[in-house]
Formats: sequence, C-alpha cells, structure tokens
Amino acid sequence: MSATAPLRPGHFHGGIHMPDHKAESTALPVAAVSIPSRLILPLQQHIGAPAKAVVSVGEHVLKGQLIAAASGRVSAPIHAPTSGVITAIEDHLVPHSSGLSARCIIIDTDGRDEWANLPPPIDDFSTTDNAVLIERIRESGIVGLGGATFPSSIKMEARNNSIDTLIINAAECEPYISCDDMLMREQADQIVSGIRIIQHILGVKRCLIGIEDNKPEAIRSMSAAVAVASLHNTEVVSVPTLYPSGGERQLTLLLTGKEVPSHGIPANIGIVCQNVGTVYAIADAVLKGRPLISRIVTLTGEGVAKPQNIHALIGTSAGELIAQAGGYTDKANQLICGGPMMGFSMPTDEVPVTKGVNCLLIASEQDCPPPEPATACIRCGKCAEACPAQLLPQQLYWHSRSRNFDKAQDYHLFDCIECGCCSHVCPSHIQLVHYYRFAKTQIWSKEKEKSKADHARQRHEARVARLERIAAERKARMRKKKAVLKSKKGGDDSAKKAAIAAAVKRAAARKSASRAETESNQGATQ
Amino acid sequence: MQFSSYSSPHTGHSENVTRVMAQVLLAMIPGIIAMTWYFGWGIVINILLASVAAVSAEAFVLKLRKRAITPVISDLSAVVTAVLFAVSIPPLLPWWLTVGGMLFAIIVVKQLYGGLGFNPFNPAMAAYVLLLVSYPSEMTHWLPPRELSTHSLDFLTTLGIIFGNDLQQGLSWDAITMATPLDEMRTQLDMGKMISEIRLSPLWGDYGGLGIEWVANWFLLGGLFLLWRRIITWHIPLSMIGAILIMATAWWLAEPEAHPFPAFHLFSGGVIVGAFFIATDPVTAVTTKKGQLIFGALIGVLVYSIRSWGGYPDAVAFAVLLMNMAAPTIGYYTQPRVYGEQEKKGGN
Repeated sequence: MSATAPLRPGHFHGGIHMPDHKAESTALPVAAVSIPSRLILPLQQHIGAPAKAVVSVGEHVLKGQLIAAASGRVSAPIHAPTSGVITAIEDHLVPHSSGLSARCIIIDTDGRDEWANLPPPIDDFSTTDNAVLIERIRESGIVGLGGATFPSSIKMEARNNSIDTLIINAAECEPYISCDDMLMREQADQIVSGIRIIQHILGVKRCLIGIEDNKPEAIRSMSAAVAVASLHNTEVVSVPTLYPSGGERQLTLLLTGKEVPSHGIPANIGIVCQNVGTVYAIADAVLKGRPLISRIVTLTGEGVAKPQNIHALIGTSAGELIAQAGGYTDKANQLICGGPMMGFSMPTDEVPVTKGVNCLLIASEQDCPPPEPATACIRCGKCAEACPAQLLPQQLYWHSRSRNFDKAQDYHLFDCIECGCCSHVCPSHIQLVHYYRFAKTQIWSKEKEKSKADHARQRHEARVARLERIAAERKARMRKKKAVLKSKKGGDDSAKKAAIAAAVKRAAARKSASRAETESNQGATQ
Repeated sequence: MQFSSYSSPHTGHSENVTRVMAQVLLAMIPGIIAMTWYFGWGIVINILLASVAAVSAEAFVLKLRKRAITPVISDLSAVVTAVLFAVSIPPLLPWWLTVGGMLFAIIVVKQLYGGLGFNPFNPAMAAYVLLLVSYPSEMTHWLPPRELSTHSLDFLTTLGIIFGNDLQQGLSWDAITMATPLDEMRTQLDMGKMISEIRLSPLWGDYGGLGIEWVANWFLLGGLFLLWRRIITWHIPLSMIGAILIMATAWWLAEPEAHPFPAFHLFSGGVIVGAFFIATDPVTAVTTKKGQLIFGALIGVLVYSIRSWGGYPDAVAFAVLLMNMAAPTIGYYTQPRVYGEQEKKGGN
C-alpha cells in the first residue's frame, strides 16, 4: 500500500526526453530564510481578481499580518512575510510573461521578524468542520504552488462527494527545477500531514502521489513517511521521466488512465490534483496557523555561483536570492522565472519572487541558447509526434500565423498547454508556442471587444426602446388629455347654459342689490 | 543587471533542417553506389549535374525574390530533389534534359509555390513525369546491368554521350540500351507468354531484375537508416509496400502464370526508393499518422494498378503526384483525437 508502485495505467502521447539538470541544485540542503531589506509584494500573485490592499503607506505591519484582502471568490489574500513598514503601494516590475509592471505593496523590513497574532492551530482537524478548514486555507492565501497559482480553497469545496481520487503532483518534470524534490526529501512528514487534511476535507477514497523516477531520494522519503503515518489507500507512484509528465492532464492520465475532458477540469472525472508544495503550505496553515509567506525557490543554471534551493520570503527580489546563492558567474546571460520549457525571461533581477515562482534559472548560452532564425516549416510532423495534447501544432501554426483564428480554434488551439515540446523538436526552429500565445491573446481580446460591443449594442437597443416607450407614453398621455377635453366639450352644453344662466342671474342679483343700496343712500342724503 | 528576453521554450532545438536533409542524402549513398556499380558512371554524372542545376536555379529565383540566398541553399533541400531526380532518370539522359528537368522542378514546382514547405507536389517526381511524357524515347534509354552489358562505358565515354549525345563508331542506342525488367515483363505478358517462360531470360535476378534488385536492397538499407534516425516514420513505407504486397499476392495466387510474384513488384522499378525516400517527403505527404497510412496504401494501390492495367511499366511518380493532390484532404479528415476530447456521439 505504501511501497512505490510501478503501475502505469495510462500513458500520454508524445512528450520529450531531455537532460534533466536536477543534480546541479540538489547537492546542497535547502538554505534557510534570510530577511532582505525590502520586500515587493504584487497584489496579483494568483489567478483571479487582484487582492485589495488593506494597509496604508507608513503603517507598521507584523509578520503574518493581512496586508491585502481577497476580492471575490477567485482571489487570494496576501500577508506580510516579515515585520516592517509599508513604504509604498506603487507599480513595480512583476514576474509575468508580459514584462509589465503591476501594483505592489513595498515593505521595508525591520529585521525583528515579529509575528502577528496568528489564528489558532487546528490540531484535531478530523473533528473540525470542513467549512472551517476550507476557510482557513482561503484566509491563509494558499494558491497552487506548482506555478498555476489557482486559489487552493476553491478546489476543496464540496462537490457532492463526487471526488474519489486525490492526485499529489510531485512529478516536477521541467529540467533544472528541484524545489519539490528538495521539499519531499526534507519535509515528507509535513507533506503527509497535509495529504491527511486534504483527504479528510474531500473524503476521497484514494490518493496517488506521482513522482518522476529521476528523484529516487524523494520517492524513498515520501514512501517512508506514508508508511510511518500508515495512510490508507495512498500510493507513491514512480512515473517515467518524460516531459511534461507533471502537466495536470498528463499526470492524471499517467496515474489513473483517465483523461480530463477538453475544456474541463479534473473534478469533472472525480479527481482533485494538488501540487506537493501546496500540500505542505496547507499543512502549515491548518496545523500552525501560518499563512503562505514563504516558499522554496530553486536557483540554478551556469549563471549562478552556487546552484541550490533557498527558502525565500515571498517578495524577495531575484537579485537578493542570487546574491545569497553566491552571485552571478561570468556566464549569466538570461534570467528565467520558472523552468526552461515554460518559464519566461525577465529583463532585470529586480523582480520579486511571488507565490508561483518555483525557480530562477540564471542561464548561460549553453543552458539556453538564443533562438536561431526560423526557416520554412517542412511539415515534418515532429511537433505532432511530440505534442502531449495530441494536437496538430503545424496546422495551429499555419492558421495562427495567417490570423485565421477560427480555423485555429477548429484545430483545438485552446487545448494547447504551451508546454513547448513542439518548439523544442522543430527542425525549422519556429517559435511555435509564441504563435499560439499570440493567437490566444488575439482571440481573447476579440472576445472582449465583442462582449463590449454586445454590451454597447444592448445599451443602444435599450435606449432606443426607452425613447420609444417615452414617446409612446407621451402620445398616450396627449390622447388621454384630448379625450378628456373632448368629452368635456361634447357633454356640457346644457351645463354651460345653466352656468351662464346662473352667472347672469348672479349678475342681475348683484345689480339689483347695488341699485337698491344706491337708492337708499340717495334717500338718506336727500 | 540587464538580461536578454526571449519567448519560451528556452532549450534551443534538437534538430535542424540541414541535418535532416543531410541524413537523407547520407541514407541514399549505399543505393547510389550500387546503382553506379551496376549501371555505370552516368549515375554520378547525373547527380552532380542535377545538383548544380538545382542549386543554381534556386539561387537565381531567390535573387529574383530578393531573399537571402545562403540560408535557403544551405538547407540542402534542392540537393535532395536533385539526387532523387538523378536516380530516377536513365543514366545516359542528355544533359539538357537533366538540366531542364531540374529548372522545372526548382523554379516552377518548388519556388513558384513559395519555396520549401509550400510546394504541393514533389518537385523531383513532377520533373520526372514532365520529361517522361515529353521525351518518352530518351526517358526509356535504360542500360543493362553490368553482368549483361556488352559495351562497358568508361567515365569519359559516358560524359561524352551525356554532353555530346554522340555515340562512338559501332555503337547504337539499340545496342547499348535495354528494356527495364518491368518493361520486359509487361511486353512479354502482353505477348501472351507465361511467367515461367519469361523468367528464362537472363534479365532476371533472384526475385527482381538482375542488379536492380540489389540497388533496391541498398536503398532499403538507407530507408531503414532513416527510420532508425526517426527522419521518417514507418507509416508511409509500410502501408505503401503492404498495399503492393497484398494486391500482388492476391493476383499472383489467383493466376501465378499471368501475374509476377510479389517480390518482383517490390524489388523492381522505384518502389523501394519511392516508399522510403519519395512518398515520405514531408512537405507533400499527409502529416497525420492515420492519414499517412491511407496515403501510403493508396500510392501502393495506384502503383500496382498502373503497372498491371495502365499505360506505363512503372508508376511510382504518377502515384505519388496523384496522392500529393489528395494529401490536404486526407489530412483534414484524419485529425487525431485531441486529449480529453469526447467521442462524438451521433448527429452533427
């Protein structure tokens, strides 16, 4: 039950073998947190709505204190990673593929690392209400630490007990990255506690921990921890080292033999998938009351002196961490947030580490050669052979390039997970993924425009309708008035006469009265 | 510190077009050596001549199109076209036909459609068919294999014939050329002879034409090299050879004296070169795996049908060109099921 099982119910199409470059960064143990002088905390470190700052400039904050609250269901709060003073809430370069700036809270740390009052630990989670546990995960700001950064609490919400399998994604398939590997080697017990908590919340029947077979230490350590904790129906499964086995859809297929529906999520087939780092953070939140304020980051590549994993406070700049790892070597040529396959290169090292940054690859030209000029596609089909989503990348390229976006969608553009396998194998050196991103953003912006246009049209139609209604109402009112007038005119001839007669009578009476008075007055004077 | 920014993935590329083409050329070397051994220096001369013509034509068009010449020339695709063409034509074809064929292949069939990757038809086969229908006599001047040859032609003589078209005294085309085994088989069958009678001729080897069967073997070796190097996949060669084998076996079993045995079909003419080097040209073939099976099988069916009931002794070029036309449609209807896509249930 707890031993590693070599079972392989499914295998995904394509994928690529490549040198894993893990050994460089796993020689040293995970370095402890060191507090930098400044922390930069983007309000958006997760998928969904950006958090709202609840502190103001000049305010002193304590470690673990809420500094930005979640806005809406799909959002996550942010906490101060250490004590210090808020010095600014301003735009700053953030780790995002766009290379743009976004709103950040800047903390000048005071070095005292003083904790705020944390919520109480929930030691006996098995008797605690699910809602309380989920709320704890939500308020601790936990998001998917594998890189997707989807708020984790949402995945925990009840789905009428339809979830039967929990998958722990510990495949870590991208070359160079080793933060999950090191976490499993060093913190297997707490990971197992986290698994217990999630199993309890979801009420799942079984749990599969998928680890690529190039991480024997992690597999051993996790198997031992699972055995010690005598977790029922939990298996550590060694999956073959084949990029992208750590893709949620690919790992699901590997472990269960089932496919996540296109445009669907694993929950549709009774599966919840959590990254192993996220599981660790959930245990921290529930058992210690600690919000997510730090994570393990891999620093590696030929461009950094001492490749290693560092336990980093969220918001620490890449430059500080690189300095902690011995600084740059002469070969440093590119700074990549994430791995070489899906990471994005950053122009400077002033970017902060956010919740989703698992690796800083300081690459030499050998690690990551600059792109060679692309030549014509020879339709060799290598891309289709490598595609783990079974797409036809060259057709997608063709249609994306010619801005034939409808056709690109016919060829399932949105099933592309941007893993980069097609680009890697392309003999014509075409940056295929680049074209797909371009097509996707074009389609999104068109849809946005369309929905805007729809909105404007609806407003216009509503206005026209309103004006018509007002005009109709006014007409109706006029008609009514006219009718009233007409009915008055038509029906009151006799009344008029009576009125006139009455008026005449009144006038006559007044006249006779005044005459009588005049006569009496005259009589008195005479 | 400032860094360079690029789009992911950042791993570089595991392959490049020049290396792919170079491996195709490498894979053809055993077959070319065997052809030269059996049919003389004309093969080598034609390869060189066609290559120079093809590369020059490509450079010329690129200059007209104001494109960078070196990166395109250095992809070696024009050379691959030239070599495929050169091993398809008779060894003593007059030089101007070889050059003309290459100009047509590169300028009209390839570059006018936009160059490498955009041509719907295989340039080498299109040029071959153009010459075959325009110059049927020159295009059927095949030489006998060395074992049957009465006049061995040395390098200079061959050069003289190709460039001067002058046969030395005492030589005539009838004396030095000979029908190909496929042609011979066809003619004899049409004359009502039985296979066992036809097979008495010295033209035959163990299972195909004498010499030619060995050329096919060496090309097969090259094809297996391409499979091993994953330059091509098994789908097109296997389905094409399989289709020919099935049809040939069926007719042969029904009437063994009126239809050549299956191995004869495989190891005569252009089937092996066609299956591994020509039909697998990625630009003009179907790209989906299921589609490739259909594409290859239909080429096989066409080859056997034209050979058996059509107007030409061999048919690889025609079959490939016909299926080139059908490739986009086959590809469209054989898209693989995307990950997570539900099977379509009835209707729509």
